Amino acid sequence: MSEMNAFHLQHDAFGRLLLIDAEGVAHENVVPVRAHPITAPLEGISILSQDGHELAWIPHLDTVAPTLRAALDEALASREFMPEIERLVRVSSFATPSTWTVQTNRGEASFVLKGEEDIRRLPGGILLIADAHGIQFLVRDVMALDRHSRKLLDRFL
Amino acid sequence: MSTPVSVTEPVVKPDQVFLPPAVHREVVALLSEGENVLASFEVDLDAQLRFAQGRVVLCEHQLLARAPGEARWQAWPLYPTLRLQHFDHAGVATLELIDDQGRLAAWRYTLAQNLVALRLIDQFEERIEILRSGHAPAHNSDEICLTCKAPLPPGEDECPICTRELYTPPSTWTLFRLWRFAKPYQGQLLAGFLLMMGATAATLVSPYLYMPLMDEVLIPFQNGQHIEPAKVALYLGALLGAAIVSWGLGWAKTYILALASERISADLRTTTYEHLLQLSLEYFGGKRTGDLMARIGSESDRISVFLSLHALDFITDVLMITMTAVILFSINPWLALVTLLPLPVIAWMIHMVRDRLRTGFEKIDRVWGEVTNVLADTIPGIRVVKAFAQERREATRFREANRHNLAVNDKLNRTWSLFSPTVTLLTEIGLLVVWAFGVWQVSRGDITVGVLTAFLAYIGRFYARLDSMSRIVSVTQKAAAGAKRIFDILDHVSSVPEPVKPVPMPRVEGNIQLRDIGFRYGNRSVIRGLSLDIRPGEMIGLVGHSGSGKSTLVNLICRFYDVSEGAIFVDGVDIRSVPVADFRRNIGLVLQEPFLFFGTIAENIAYGKPDASREEIIAAARAAHAHEFILRLPQGYDSIVGERGQGLSGGERQRVSIARALLIDPRILIMDEATSAVDTETEKEIQRALDNLVQGRTTIAIAHRLSTLRKADRLVVMDRGVIVEVGNHDELMAAEGAYWRLYQAQLRNADTAQLLEEQG
Repeated sequence: MSEMNAFHLQHDAFGRLLLIDAEGVAHENVVPVRAHPITAPLEGISILSQDGHELAWIPHLDTVAPTLRAALDEALASREFMPEIERLVRVSSFATPSTWTVQTNRGEASFVLKGEEDIRRLPGGILLIADAHGIQFLVRDVMALDRHSRKLLDRFL
Repeated sequence: MSTPVSVTEPVVKPDQVFLPPAVHREVVALLSEGENVLASFEVDLDAQLRFAQGRVVLCEHQLLARAPGEARWQAWPLYPTLRLQHFDHAGVATLELIDDQGRLAAWRYTLAQNLVALRLIDQFEERIEILRSGHAPAHNSDEICLTCKAPLPPGEDECPICTRELYTPPSTWTLFRLWRFAKPYQGQLLAGFLLMMGATAATLVSPYLYMPLMDEVLIPFQNGQHIEPAKVALYLGALLGAAIVSWGLGWAKTYILALASERISADLRTTTYEHLLQLSLEYFGGKRTGDLMARIGSESDRISVFLSLHALDFITDVLMITMTAVILFSINPWLALVTLLPLPVIAWMIHMVRDRLRTGFEKIDRVWGEVTNVLADTIPGIRVVKAFAQERREATRFREANRHNLAVNDKLNRTWSLFSPTVTLLTEIGLLVVWAFGVWQVSRGDITVGVLTAFLAYIGRFYARLDSMSRIVSVTQKAAAGAKRIFDILDHVSSVPEPVKPVPMPRVEGNIQLRDIGFRYGNRSVIRGLSLDIRPGEMIGLVGHSGSGKSTLVNLICRFYDVSEGAIFVDGVDIRSVPVADFRRNIGLVLQEPFLFFGTIAENIAYGKPDASREEIIAAARAAHAHEFILRLPQGYDSIVGERGQGLSGGERQRVSIARALLIDPRILIMDEATSAVDTETEKEIQRALDNLVQGRTTIAIAHRLSTLRKADRLVVMDRGVIVEVGNHDELMAAEGAYWRLYQAQLRNADTAQLLEEQG
């Protein structure tokens, strides 16, 4: 492993993530974040200290040791919340605000879409839908949705 | 856990805590004798952040929880070192139960549950306090809302400020809502309608005259009989008369109705714009200029055209068809029946296509908005585009938006282009049917040739109208889509709403109290639990790294946004209970980027007080150290400054904006990086102007350069949404804390800059 990964992560009794760097110094309550959570989730992981300074940079998740990878994956999973919409079950109306019931990769959910402008297009045809409480729902590929969902979604695009 | 069989059934106070019946049963089984449920909320995410239902219930002596996706309840008896800790990130909140040894449990939920969760935490802390000290913490005498900390109206436990979010979609019958704007013109509309009836009736006279012309004049002529010329003249005269009457009535109707509909759409435009101006900055932050301009400009125009042309035509057509049908039936019911046969088919077709066209037109509107958005993005940013030589890329973007527009139009046109020819075909078939049936009836002697001629004449007009009526489908859809987009604005409730029962705000003293405020932008919490008391006349300097929430704080004090939690009081009055305009009148604002409107300098200075006298304007300009440079301009105070104040330097523009703030003589003054866009020399000049402005006013100044805040009574150091230090310069330097670090960093930068200058 390269020098950059000369640190390890562990949880303390409070459930917080602890980073122990190459010099053996422990940093409490660190957070791993992805630099491109949507477009390139595996590239560029940064570990930030409690006060927001970068402690370590991992260019690609595939380059780290399996134990560290597992710790990172777990920490990232408990922090990231961007349900991917797999199917639109129904929408309450085509005029906003509208309540959407959707099937996501994290189970069924319903949310309020405040306005059409809360649906944003990202490069690569990805749609990011923000609900009234600021949760971001993701549509990776509109074409991959079924006909019914596409038809509903189309009314808002 | 054992379930004690209790004699006295434990109670869940229904008015306090709502539990779904199933949960209620389970929870009651876990309670000890006489124990009450104090608070509860639904946990809607599991540990892997999947949507699942769980619940946390706070009782008098224990905390119960059922983790999402599990059937088992866990219980933690309450003890003094137990704590609940909550934080949120990206729309997901975490509630942790911890004690001195470590974490006992954690629950995740979306922010939709945040309010009830906060209520539970509050109750929990109260219970722990009782365990720790033996008595309940002193309650505030007045009931306050848990989220916004605003006092509740007596006898109500729902906060009127927090529960005002509206999630009801507007109705689909949007066009009928235009009636609100048509109402003032109902007299004219009625007159127009009566004229229209008359005009339509007049046009239907001539085919009726074909009957006697044919049967009593032409056929007898053909058969060699003598006809009185007077009779011919009478019929022909009647034809001419009907045409002239119809022309006159038609002209009057079109004119009156066009006048009314123009006015309706003008009212619509004005009302929409007025409403738009009332909306909060949050709304403008989320919208794009091009889109808003298109809505108010072209959409209202489209509605006007619809009302004055298409809707009128349509009503005329309906009248005509009804009248024709009545006439036809009165002449010959059988032939009339055959004639009207294709009508339901066409009506059904129209209905079928309607839905497709409507969605299509809505889509076209949105795509059109995209095209204008590209323009609205690029033209103001033209300097950046040119500097980075990205003209080609922007052109591609525009072409791309246009291509998208074309694609959407093409798709719709496929349906649409099929529509008209099909109606024409049906018309032809209808005529054929009438011919065939008519010939058969004439051959049997049931009807005369005159009757058939009249029918064919009526039906020709009739079907021609059907064809044009089918066009109404698309224009109605277009207008309805436009109306919907306009009502989207009109229905938007300002997130900085006017109070229902406004408290008058006279001239304020300038005392500002921030009580435990929090602000969330989207899912990012920008300000958290911030409290600060500002005395009248005090000058506060806000310092901190960029992104520490300084500008947001100032925006909250100006009430450009409303706080998400807590409350702001000015002279002891919650600023949400005062009319917005009354409140802002007391605030002077000097921004980093001074915006000058197109107009003269004098007009720009008097922007906040349009009736200011020339003397007042000049006095303000003098105090702002702007007087002299204004006089050096060729037209003095009458010089025109452009959209962004072209022709004036940054420092000059800033001083005009300082004069603007001085003129309204505000009690509260807010300066957001007022001097950071200019060089040090200009800064000194501006600083002198500002010193005049600050005197005797409560001032909140944000400055990147700490030296500009030397006059501040107190410096407030912010970091990531919270206040980390408060004190004057000397105190904070002595403390060697966050301020000291900022100061040292700037000193170093200044040294380097000086060094570079000397070397250069």
